[in-house]
Amino acid sequence: MALLSKEDAKKILEKAVGFSKADGISAQLSGAERGNIRYARNSVTTSGEDSNLSLGVNSFFGKKSGSATINEFDDASIEKVVRRAEELAKLAPENPEFMEPLGPQTYGAESKTFSDATAKITPEYRAQAAADSINPAVPKQVTAAGYLQDSRGFTSIMNNKGLYAYNKQTSVDFTVTMRTNDGTGSGWAAQDLNDVSKLTAGMTSKVAIDKALMSREAKAIEPGKYTVILEPSAAADLIRLMLNMNARTADEGRSFLSKKGGGTKLGEKLVDERVNIYTDPWNDEAPASPWTPDGLPRQKMDLIKNGVVSNLFYDRYWASQKNVAPIPFPGNAIMQGGNASLEDMIKDTKRGVLVTRFWYIRPVDPQTLLFTGLTRDGTFFIENGKLKHPIKNFRFNESPIIMLNNLEALGKPVRAVTSEGGGPGGGQNLLIPMMKIRDFTFTSLSDAV
Amino acid sequence: MKRRDFIQIAGMGAAGAMMLPLPGFSAVDEARLLEPIIDVATKKKLADVALNTAKQMGATYTDVRIGRYLNQFVTTREKKVQGVVNTESFGVGIRVIANGTWGFAATNDVTPEGMKKTAERAVVIAKANSKFQKEPVKLAATPSYGEVSWKTPIIKNGFEVPVKDKVDLLLKANDNALQKGASFVNSAILLVNEQKYFASSEGSYIDQDVHRIFPTFTVTMIDRQSGSFKNRNSFGSPVGMGYEYLDGKAEDKIKGPGDVILYNKSYDILEDASMAGDQVKQMIAAKSVEPGKYDLVLEPSHMWLTIHESVGHPTELDRVLGYEANYAGTSFLTLDKWQSKNFKFGSPIVNFKADKLQPGSLGAVGYDDEGVKCKEWDLIKDGTLVNYQAIRDQVNIIGQKESHGCCYSQSWADVQFQRMANVSLQPGKDQLTPEQLISSVDKGIYIVKEGSFSIDQQRYNFQFGGVLFFEIKNGKIAGMLKDVAYQANTNEFWSSCAAICDSRDYRLGGAFNDGKGQPSQSNAVSHGSATARFNGVSVINTGRTI
Repeated sequence: MALLSKEDAKKILEKAVGFSKADGISAQLSGAERGNIRYARNSVTTSGEDSNLSLGVNSFFGKKSGSATINEFDDASIEKVVRRAEELAKLAPENPEFMEPLGPQTYGAESKTFSDATAKITPEYRAQAAADSINPAVPKQVTAAGYLQDSRGFTSIMNNKGLYAYNKQTSVDFTVTMRTNDGTGSGWAAQDLNDVSKLTAGMTSKVAIDKALMSREAKAIEPGKYTVILEPSAAADLIRLMLNMNARTADEGRSFLSKKGGGTKLGEKLVDERVNIYTDPWNDEAPASPWTPDGLPRQKMDLIKNGVVSNLFYDRYWASQKNVAPIPFPGNAIMQGGNASLEDMIKDTKRGVLVTRFWYIRPVDPQTLLFTGLTRDGTFFIENGKLKHPIKNFRFNESPIIMLNNLEALGKPVRAVTSEGGGPGGGQNLLIPMMKIRDFTFTSLSDAV
Repeated sequence: MKRRDFIQIAGMGAAGAMMLPLPGFSAVDEARLLEPIIDVATKKKLADVALNTAKQMGATYTDVRIGRYLNQFVTTREKKVQGVVNTESFGVGIRVIANGTWGFAATNDVTPEGMKKTAERAVVIAKANSKFQKEPVKLAATPSYGEVSWKTPIIKNGFEVPVKDKVDLLLKANDNALQKGASFVNSAILLVNEQKYFASSEGSYIDQDVHRIFPTFTVTMIDRQSGSFKNRNSFGSPVGMGYEYLDGKAEDKIKGPGDVILYNKSYDILEDASMAGDQVKQMIAAKSVEPGKYDLVLEPSHMWLTIHESVGHPTELDRVLGYEANYAGTSFLTLDKWQSKNFKFGSPIVNFKADKLQPGSLGAVGYDDEGVKCKEWDLIKDGTLVNYQAIRDQVNIIGQKESHGCCYSQSWADVQFQRMANVSLQPGKDQLTPEQLISSVDKGIYIVKEGSFSIDQQRYNFQFGGVLFFEIKNGKIAGMLKDVAYQANTNEFWSSCAAICDSRDYRLGGAFNDGKGQPSQSNAVSHGSATARFNGVSVINTGRTI
């Protein structure tokens, strides 16, 4: 019920737009069915499913707008929600930044965000995935804690100017933490996917078990500047932080992309020339919706090209102020990689640290994009081209901009899972390579396992 | 804590105004926020339908939470209103024990039929989940309270104050900061009202009306010449009060060291915005800190977050036991440390109490979300770990008979679980003011208001920033510093606590959106303290050039 076809969604939206008596109206109809299973201490703790279908209406008179939502779809209910939005709009204060809805747009090819296999996930599938994760842990004296959630849904928008857009999407997120029963080792692995047929809960769990066993008896080494090899999750955690390339904050002087003396760093070299980051909604591994929530089409576009800032993002209001075309916030990001394998990177490292993932990353200084956080669930010392031993976790204070100026080597990009979920756009899909970085700043030691 | 969530809701993030209603919340008009939509007698009748249905289906315990959750967010920047959003969410969550296992189901169909169907679904889920259960749920006994009620003791209901008044206040505050030369100001007032009805198969019927308010702003100063900018956040706190929090009464103002005005039980947003406009300029011009060891003097509007992360979270029993291992993390305060009865968490002057009682706190309610009357209890006594935070199905694990009363759910649609109570550092027993405390410090830093924060998954190693940093030299404030962050090990940090000011300086700070669980739920919590001194803490310089 929550997953309406393009035609069925259109019928409901047409009714809503038809009821409008305001200067204009935008309506959004979206639905999702979600399921999850959670386990800890080698046992399932909670599981659930929910489903939601809702119609949101935004009506406006001049620069005064009001929004209302409803989850009933008979004609009377649809009319009621439109009238309520209109009443709210009349009462609302004027918003000088209000933009009238867009006219019809062209959105390019069909999106790749939906997978039939994911849409068919059952509670039994989830229970089996949990069992596949827990079962190999028990004989290894390891305790599993994990979470699997999946969703299938659609989003559609229509307005009085004739714009209509529809996209359906699925997602699967699987994370697992394996801790040795004596509490001295911990490992983590994860998969974020659109297509569940690529999910390997058992194999992914074994990676986490191996990391847990390998990370026991960690030794302390001095904090300081180290060459680091960041696995894709660790790299993605820092790369995503520089993707908030908002033109307005840069123009206003309150961004890492603002320039000393005024202006922005658009067109200037920001990081190593081997850094190339782009967005492409039709990427097979990390697809995104081909349009934004306000209906702007997304396109394949460079963000950083050969280390130079290629584009900043302009919302429609700021674009109108600056007399440029709007450039929407991207739905995904892909960083081009190189050919280096993990083995190659280790072999070429005289003294360094291999990082599985980071944790609790928070901003310290927005001007330099300085962030702090910690390593977690598998941190290892590399010496003379060999992985030597596990080490105690470190706290870092580092900026992704400084980090990408200290680039040594890149691996092959893969779909990466960030540690606390969600990029600045609220969960962009990321394709990020493993990377080797010199002079990465670790500032203290942590006893946490 | 997921402050990013809050920042997005408040439209205060650099990305600009993103105003999305919370999931499951519908936008409504202002008048709707004041309409009582259902009376207590009707709620009791409906709850009884669910209680009886679940019992007939074989449940050995049932609780029903009929909840109406109202929010209002008013956001502005400079001279513009960015958004006024009112939301309402109404529904019921039913939790049962069947075959010794929890089951939960929720619906927004709050009718006898909806109650019946949802109670049935909860029992079916409990029975299905019982296949995976290793040990049956053991619930600590709690008295049956009969029909009772509780209400946040507010003086002015924020929802009754016209939106226009809130907009005018925020625009005036923005103007005050702009008059002082600030480049940008974002400001917001957030209001929450939880109308919660709890009924259990043990005979409690509890009606509660909970209010919270959070006025806040960020004043930004840009120095184009040097390419630098600084943000000075509001000194207001989220509180469990009505609109009277914005009265800014003279008796609630404290003139702190460094000529900073601090606020206790009410807040003067206009004065604070004006002060922020001045201070943000000084923040840009401040001296960059020399890294090294300093004696830190931490003021309550800063210290609450250090307490929250380093004391509140590691004393949560579900983290200790490993239930949060894959998300929020575990805890260094393992059961053996507690069992030893002599684990030194901090210096002998360090005493922490947990509570859900303090007037004006975000955690204050009469009863928690599983019908347990709220109370106060010791966590750290004379520096030693003595207890955890635990709920009805957990206290048996630590050999106790009575729940601590800190069970909470963010809405009717989510299952309740153990959430942090208010956790507060008790004031010093001897008379001591912040000025007296500073006068004995040779080389130190006085820090005002919370800033950047990060802590590891077992709560050992942390790093905190702040908003204002004042250098202390030979017992005197010697000007403002910038680029300051301190790093420590929780245990070493609290062991270095050398002095705590007395109760005259005790104040609350807090968080509107503390995240835990998968799917994640949000909780509001306060932390009290008086200004305190910590000796020899490691300070780093966070200044960089890109």
